[in-house]
Amino acid sequence: MPPLPPSVPLSWYLSLSLILFVLGIAGFLFRRNIITVFMSIELMLNAVNLSFITFSYKLKQVDGHIFAFFVMVVAAAEAAVGLAIILTVFKNRQTLEIDELSSLKN
Amino acid sequence: MQLWLIPLLPLAGFAVNGLLGRRMSKTAINAVAAGSVLLSFLWVLKTLSTLGVFGGGNPLEQAYTEHYYTWIQSGMLNIGVDFAIDRLTAVMLMIVTGVGFLIHVYAIGYMAHEGGYYRFFAYLNLFMFFMLVLVLGANFLLLFVGWEGVGLCSYLLIGFYFTEKFATDAGNKAFIVNRIGDFGFSLAVFLIAMHFGSLDFATVFGKVQGMPVESSAGWMTAIALLLFIGATGKSAQIPLYVWLPDAMAGPTPVSALIHAATMVTAGVYMVTRSSAIFLHAHGALEVVAIIGLATAFFAATMGLAQTDIKKVYAYSTVSQLGYMFLGLGTGAFSAGIFHVMTHAFFKALLFLGAGSVIHAMSGEQDLRKMGGLRKYTPITFWTLLCASVAIAGVPPFSGYHSKDAILASAYDYAPWMYWVGVFTAGMTAFYVFRAFFLAFFGEPRWQAAAPDAHGHDDHGHGAPHESPPSMWIPLAVLAVLSLVGGYINIPKWLEPMFKLPEEAPGIPWTALVSVAAGLIGIALAAWFYLISPAIPEGLARSFSTPYRWIYNKYFVDEFYDSLVVEPMVDGSRSLLWRVVDVGGIDGIVNGAGKTVRNVGGILKRMQSGSIRSYAAWVVLGSIMVIVAIGIAGGLR
Repeated sequence: MPPLPPSVPLSWYLSLSLILFVLGIAGFLFRRNIITVFMSIELMLNAVNLSFITFSYKLKQVDGHIFAFFVMVVAAAEAAVGLAIILTVFKNRQTLEIDELSSLKN
Repeated sequence: MQLWLIPLLPLAGFAVNGLLGRRMSKTAINAVAAGSVLLSFLWVLKTLSTLGVFGGGNPLEQAYTEHYYTWIQSGMLNIGVDFAIDRLTAVMLMIVTGVGFLIHVYAIGYMAHEGGYYRFFAYLNLFMFFMLVLVLGANFLLLFVGWEGVGLCSYLLIGFYFTEKFATDAGNKAFIVNRIGDFGFSLAVFLIAMHFGSLDFATVFGKVQGMPVESSAGWMTAIALLLFIGATGKSAQIPLYVWLPDAMAGPTPVSALIHAATMVTAGVYMVTRSSAIFLHAHGALEVVAIIGLATAFFAATMGLAQTDIKKVYAYSTVSQLGYMFLGLGTGAFSAGIFHVMTHAFFKALLFLGAGSVIHAMSGEQDLRKMGGLRKYTPITFWTLLCASVAIAGVPPFSGYHSKDAILASAYDYAPWMYWVGVFTAGMTAFYVFRAFFLAFFGEPRWQAAAPDAHGHDDHGHGAPHESPPSMWIPLAVLAVLSLVGGYINIPKWLEPMFKLPEEAPGIPWTALVSVAAGLIGIALAAWFYLISPAIPEGLARSFSTPYRWIYNKYFVDEFYDSLVVEPMVDGSRSLLWRVVDVGGIDGIVNGAGKTVRNVGGILKRMQSGSIRSYAAWVVLGSIMVIVAIGIAGGLR
């Protein structure tokens, strides 16, 4: 593992991770387009990945790396399934507005 | 010796008829039902002859026991499924399977035109199974199993015509009244288990016999009295006799088999079996004698005024059972069992004959609408005559022998009991011959009743007719047994079982007096109902108050209704139903339902249907979890 530049403290990485995560949440909550919502979820996953790697580096343990790989694998699978669903939804409903997809209610 | 085959054969018959009977022909059902009982009877004969009963010597001095498996083992208590056969059981086995077989044959003819044919025979076979378990069981628990089982079959068969309200009511009455007795019986069994640590007859009675008579502690009397309460239920004694007359709602073969010959004598059998306990509780034995005597007397008076032929015989059964308990109570256990046997012969015959009469009359049971049947049903006439003289105690027929053994013992015990017994014997002769004369002599009174007014007849002809051979052959066999059954010397056979100073051979005049009483009863019946039929009506008018009491059976049913049944029904309705059930239980259940619904009504607003609001809930939830963890001070 090559050493990081010493001038960059650990908290910066964590702060970046937090900012990315909150951005993801905000996008998840406030955007109406399903694809954007979907991208926000990916953003949150990667924010988590970043904090995993950070702690893994700090604690000199490999567990964090392993978790990051897992998250990437799951994210890839999820992206495939999710995009397929979105495609089908668009085919059937001709819309990607998330608020219009409420036909299961009532 | 394979004792288990004896009860199991009827059980197999029950299984075959009960499961497959719907699709079987009547011939096949008959073969299975009567055949299984016949095989069981033959197996009894074979077992007894293997044990040397029919040879010379002194067979079965000791009980022969077979152990099959341990049923319950708990602490010191060890209850096995054991069958035992001793002299008492041998007598009961012969009665149950022998008379039972005859009645099965009779039922084939009697039930030929009834619905639910296979169901009837399945129940009858099941009854035989439980009755045989009852007499073969070698401990109190197995006895109790048979005891409850016959009660169940009695209930099923009384309510056989389940579309009739009175039949199902009678079935319920029999079942519920018997529960009261069974409660006493089960308490007695608990007490026995508590004090002796065992329920095996051999162990318990061995321990009892080891005790000096004077040591009969209070609990011995308690056990004996509780056992006797059980017997009053099953054997229809005061105060629990009320179910037996109503039980006549069942088909007549049932009345003959269950409510005359076998099941109702289970109480007598049980008390006799427990004689060791009763002999150590003289107070209880005296209660048995007095209850038996009172039952014999009052039931006989009630029989005097009945107009339904089966009801007459039903009260007669109650009365004769009273005699048996009088015998037991005065210490003549063997005489009691002797009377069980002769009674099984002549009372089964009376009921079967009554069934034959009813069959001839196309379902009519009212004596006032019979008369003059002698010409039409000669075989029934002669066989019923045999039964009537037997029950009236005319020597040398069977009833004379057993009844006089009981009365002699009663005289030794207390002369006043003897005199009441003799008076009752006179009444017995009177009411039995009253029914006999009303049915067979005099002018026919049945033209008035349209012959096909009652459901039983689908032959389509009006005049009374003799029954088919399958009905009159059992009648003939039972008639022979009623005549000569008294010469089977049961008291001598049972002598080794009841270690008693054998009662002095009856003083001759006691027998003479009771025979005279019987003859006077017959003569009075002949005078009243053959020579001058105006007398009974005149008597009924001049003694209208006693007559009304007797006619209404002393209003005992009404008394029980107002004392027990109505308070219970009212209490159930106004307190248990309207307050406890509606207010309490329903309140709790409905309250639980309402609470859940209200909470759900609030929570359902979360389910807005908008995906983004769900997402917001997820975020809010995670934030709350994080905050909670933060407040709790981290994960560690």
